[in-house]
Amino acid sequence: MPVAVSVLPHQQLAALNAAYREAIARKRLRLTLGAAVFCAALMVAGVGAEVNFQTFFTFFGNFISYFDRILTLDTGARVWTDFGEWFWGFRKWLRFLGETILISYVGTLIGFVLAFAANFFAAENISPAPWLRFVVRRLLEFARTVPGIVFALIFVMAFGLGPMAGVLAIAIHSTGALGKQFSEIVENADMKPVEGVRSTGAGWLSCMRFAVLPQVIAGYASYALLRFEINVREASVMGFVGAGGIGQELVVAIRKFYYSDVSAILVMIVVTVFCIDIGTGWVRGRLFGKEART
Amino acid sequence: MNQMPTPPDRRELRARYPHIFDRPASARLAMPVVLLLALGIFVFGLVDLDFSPTRLLAGLNQLGWITMMMVPPDPGSSLPIYLKALGETLSIALLGTTLAAVLALPVSLLAARNVVPSAILRFPVRRVFDSIRGVDTLIWALVWINVVGLGPFAGVLAIAVSDFGAFGKLFSEAIEGADRRQVEGIRASGGNALHEIRFGLMPQVLPVIAGQVLYFIESNTRSATIIGIVGAGGIGLQLAEQIRVLEWQKVSFLILMILVAVTAIDWISVKLRFAIIGQRAVA
Repeated sequence: MPVAVSVLPHQQLAALNAAYREAIARKRLRLTLGAAVFCAALMVAGVGAEVNFQTFFTFFGNFISYFDRILTLDTGARVWTDFGEWFWGFRKWLRFLGETILISYVGTLIGFVLAFAANFFAAENISPAPWLRFVVRRLLEFARTVPGIVFALIFVMAFGLGPMAGVLAIAIHSTGALGKQFSEIVENADMKPVEGVRSTGAGWLSCMRFAVLPQVIAGYASYALLRFEINVREASVMGFVGAGGIGQELVVAIRKFYYSDVSAILVMIVVTVFCIDIGTGWVRGRLFGKEART
Repeated sequence: MNQMPTPPDRRELRARYPHIFDRPASARLAMPVVLLLALGIFVFGLVDLDFSPTRLLAGLNQLGWITMMMVPPDPGSSLPIYLKALGETLSIALLGTTLAAVLALPVSLLAARNVVPSAILRFPVRRVFDSIRGVDTLIWALVWINVVGLGPFAGVLAIAVSDFGAFGKLFSEAIEGADRRQVEGIRASGGNALHEIRFGLMPQVLPVIAGQVLYFIESNTRSATIIGIVGAGGIGLQLAEQIRVLEWQKVSFLILMILVAVTAIDWISVKLRFAIIGQRAVA
């Protein structure tokens, strides 16, 4: 089927073409400038981070062979040929993994309670006083921005070595993160029920309990489960600074070059994280239906 | 009009709304049981993890003491070293994230349903991404220290590897969310598979990806601050050292530096994301 393409008169076409080219040229210039600035930043960063391609290429073989080594038993055989030998410390590691999960559970729960208490003061629409809101928000921000492991380092100094420091560090970080998410949920809540409850003469506390809470509690639980999932990962490295959990075993294995132990512990961590991911996803699906899975 | 509404008869209400008044025991007990279970595990956890009131009080006392020692924040004479370390941290975040994005983009195509229709091919790629994400950045840092030695370069590679997993997942999701009509348009005009990706997919996906990369640079600034704790360069190294030698004034100064740097990067990144993808997609 022949299709007639209408060709514009030459002059009109030239003007349009010129305008098009100009627009494209401007866009390209902007892109090039952006790319140049970015590349310059990368160069500066490269110097700052002591990037050395020679080391990289010399030692890249090490990276590959590292994985080769952690997948080899002391006897020289591949790890998967002898599971008993590979996971020789299975019971011990399982206990540490349990401790890791427990740390993140207790930490998340404490964080949940604190964030729950704080978020009613931090949310714009229901906070009883502006100055209170300001103070609570800054506190939450602080708890959120300082990395959990920094808290853990300090708490290890204060509370001594052991899982307690890890729990408290995770609790504080979770408070910050959850407090922000919770107050955002509250800010999106419908205010009409609140007015309804208030019109019956109820105080602030009753308004929160009977008008706000029923709207937000499902969202809270969903975020708390997500946070638990994140905290399991976080708790797996808390042991690096002596704050309990499987990290302690891992760091010893890596530092002392117990190669097959490294891979065994890593496999156990990855599998645990998978299971927790799937488990919390399932629970969230059960509790709130599909739409709540963000 | 002055007639009061008659108070409803309880029995009548009960008969009318049986699903409210006579819920099965399982439904009524579910909530308390779950709460009790949660509380039970919590208490077990407290006992198992050696929580004791005396320890808690002693620790809090100690913590209060530490906080007192922290004010005022004071870098002493090491301010130049700290500034250099902070620069190192920012460099690590920028380079690591860029490297991860560059590496993850081609691989993420392999994990996208609309590029690689075969599930057998996609599945292993996705599992690789998942496994990489299951391992924390700090663990990767330890591994890379074994390979390239102590220093910020190990940090760059650690962030690059752990973000590779995250980016792979996010990018492939962005690609799967792309509109197919543009790809079909390219195919209709005679383009091959590479043309489809370059002219059909990339223009749609790149702004989304750019936003994600910026967001990760921001969040990696946080990761890069702690990566030094295991010896992979940056401000975390200084922080861990000063905590170990109990120089609390320096510690609080370093924490303040981290807070300021993270806030500044947050601000810049939000501005840039506004510029690239508009306000809509920032949230």
